[in-house]
Amino acid sequence: MYLRTALCAASALALTAGAAMAQSTLTIATVNNGDMIRMQGYTGDFTEKTGIAVEWVTLEENVLRSRVTTDITTKGGQFDIMTIGMYETPIWGANGWLVPLDDLSAEYDVDDILPAMAGGLSHEGTLYAAPFYGESSMIMYRTDLMEKAGMEMPDAPTWEFVREAAAAMTDRDADINGICLRGKAGWGEGGAFITAMSNSFGARWFDMDWNAQFDTEAWANTLNFYKGMMDESGPAGYATNGFNENLSLFNQGKCGMWIDATVAASFVTGDDSTVADSVGFALAPDTGLGKRSNWLWAWALAVPAGTQQEAEAKQFIEWATSKDYIELVAENEGWANVPPGARTSLYENPEYQKVPFAQKTLDSILSADPTDSTVEPSPYVGIQFAAIPEFAGIATEVSQEFSAAYAGQQSVEDALAKAQAITNEAMEAAGYR
Amino acid sequence: MARAVTNQRKMINTAAAWIIGLLIFFPILWTMLTSFKSEAQAIADPPIFLFFDWTTENYSTVMERSNYGRFLWNSIFIAGGSTILGIIIAIPAAWSMAFVPSKRTKDILLWMLSTKMLPAVGVLYPIYLLFIQFGLLDNVYGLTFVLMLINLPIIVWMLYTYFREIPGEILEAARMDGATLRDEILYVLTPMAIPGIASTLLLNFILAWNEAFWTLNLTAAKAAPLTAFIASYSSPEGLFYAKLSAASTMAIAPILILGWFSQKQLVRGLTFGAVK
Repeated sequence: MYLRTALCAASALALTAGAAMAQSTLTIATVNNGDMIRMQGYTGDFTEKTGIAVEWVTLEENVLRSRVTTDITTKGGQFDIMTIGMYETPIWGANGWLVPLDDLSAEYDVDDILPAMAGGLSHEGTLYAAPFYGESSMIMYRTDLMEKAGMEMPDAPTWEFVREAAAAMTDRDADINGICLRGKAGWGEGGAFITAMSNSFGARWFDMDWNAQFDTEAWANTLNFYKGMMDESGPAGYATNGFNENLSLFNQGKCGMWIDATVAASFVTGDDSTVADSVGFALAPDTGLGKRSNWLWAWALAVPAGTQQEAEAKQFIEWATSKDYIELVAENEGWANVPPGARTSLYENPEYQKVPFAQKTLDSILSADPTDSTVEPSPYVGIQFAAIPEFAGIATEVSQEFSAAYAGQQSVEDALAKAQAITNEAMEAAGYR
Repeated sequence: MARAVTNQRKMINTAAAWIIGLLIFFPILWTMLTSFKSEAQAIADPPIFLFFDWTTENYSTVMERSNYGRFLWNSIFIAGGSTILGIIIAIPAAWSMAFVPSKRTKDILLWMLSTKMLPAVGVLYPIYLLFIQFGLLDNVYGLTFVLMLINLPIIVWMLYTYFREIPGEILEAARMDGATLRDEILYVLTPMAIPGIASTLLLNFILAWNEAFWTLNLTAAKAAPLTAFIASYSSPEGLFYAKLSAASTMAIAPILILGWFSQKQLVRGLTFGAVK
């Protein structure tokens, strides 16, 4: 009798231990930004619902990009879910490195994903990554300084207006710069900004035969306009300023205008901003050629092909990018803190419509089309990048040349000539030309 | 008169040493101070030095968000393991080079050092593929082995320099007294070179502790050390400098404490060799 009881107890213990051992653990690589960190805080909700544990590997954006690229190209299998962007997704999807997200549940409502986001995260119509949050770029400006300058910001201004307003708002004695823009080298920093800006000036990276286009008038106009405006009204050392430097300047009241990612809207109106009460928003400028200078980006969750936990990974993605998750964050932290730019239903929500930057964010996202980003036809997909594997390397080099021109180390003409040579050489080596 | 000049020179030297020391320490001090500021104070212009509302909130946030203990343990294991393993391999190697040199000893030493000249990223893919093959990715043992290999040339070089300072006659006398090779290395050479070995150990522990290329590229969730812990607080899109400073302070604190307590041995060891 005692023996039987002991055996039963042992079996029960073994089964319990076995069940505990069998509990899946997903390893997720992600970036360190406010929305992703917030999601990590709610992981308990997912584990409670599914019994699946989660381990996070949080890295700085550039480190993450290099880390996940090494892993996926070597089939290292270190991650069950990777946080990747609009640049990587179509390329990796085409290479068969990602699991297609074509069997998400009906409750997930995949059609609710904003079309621009779904398009940028797909290859040949198949979704390969689900957007956790999306962003475009727009103008954030100081309403008090604009009023003081006697000007009124239109909803959709031109670059000429922006330059004029920047000059009017600049007050060097009071340490106020009319405009703050990215100038830092790097394809995702100053490179992204100038590429998006160039679209509105009628420029493009490549013609339909993949020839570089930096020797065109449109590119010369873009760079000369940027440099002229920044020399007149930008902060000192703008050639080395990126997102964080400009955010810091804007929050301290040292910028009249800042054109950058829409996610910055919650920062400039947040507790750490000294000018939170006097910030207005407008669409990124244009030159009347039919294209605005805003970009489109999403941080999205993708499942690398070869993971042993595909089903569990998809479960997590469904949870993290669902309408329910948005509700969960809104309930606990308010609507201004929900991940923006991914779902249509969010912008139809009357509560979210009360958030001051919601409508302009949506308008900016809707006006960006990665499949038709340039005035003249171009062979690539992407607005602030061309979705080809070679782009990151080429654009980093090109943006270094541009930054050197902003800093006055070389002329705009020299920078463009070098950009033309660098790009054509690289494209030839890669077999495009 | 001569005495007054000496005193004046001493004072100047002391002042210069303090100024240089403070300049070198200033970035660390600034990081520590920033870790006690709010995010808004961290980016304030002009910068706030001491007069701000001190807060430990950043430390609470970091502790809440990250499993600091695990990162710390991995750092101790990887840095300690790789250093000890390296020392065990390097002592006999340095002994043979110092006391039984061949025609090629100098070439071998230079070749060993030349491996440090190759950019690490150049061998990332081969090493990564090997790690996949041997199942060593995100594994503290794999990382310990790699860091040992990376620091081995420096360890051998340092020990070789210290061993060269020890007169070969002492070892010869030990041999004549019947000491075996093992006894000679263990009971004669090693005790005499203890200051040199200690400083080699400490310096390589610090090098392994701070290594941030392989530790970031070969780990994920389980084996990540404090370098990955810091990397998780750096962001190009968001001002989290105060939290990053808190994480950095927590990452460097153990090695700073170790350096503080062992500074005598470090200085003694560094002045033990040819520099003496």
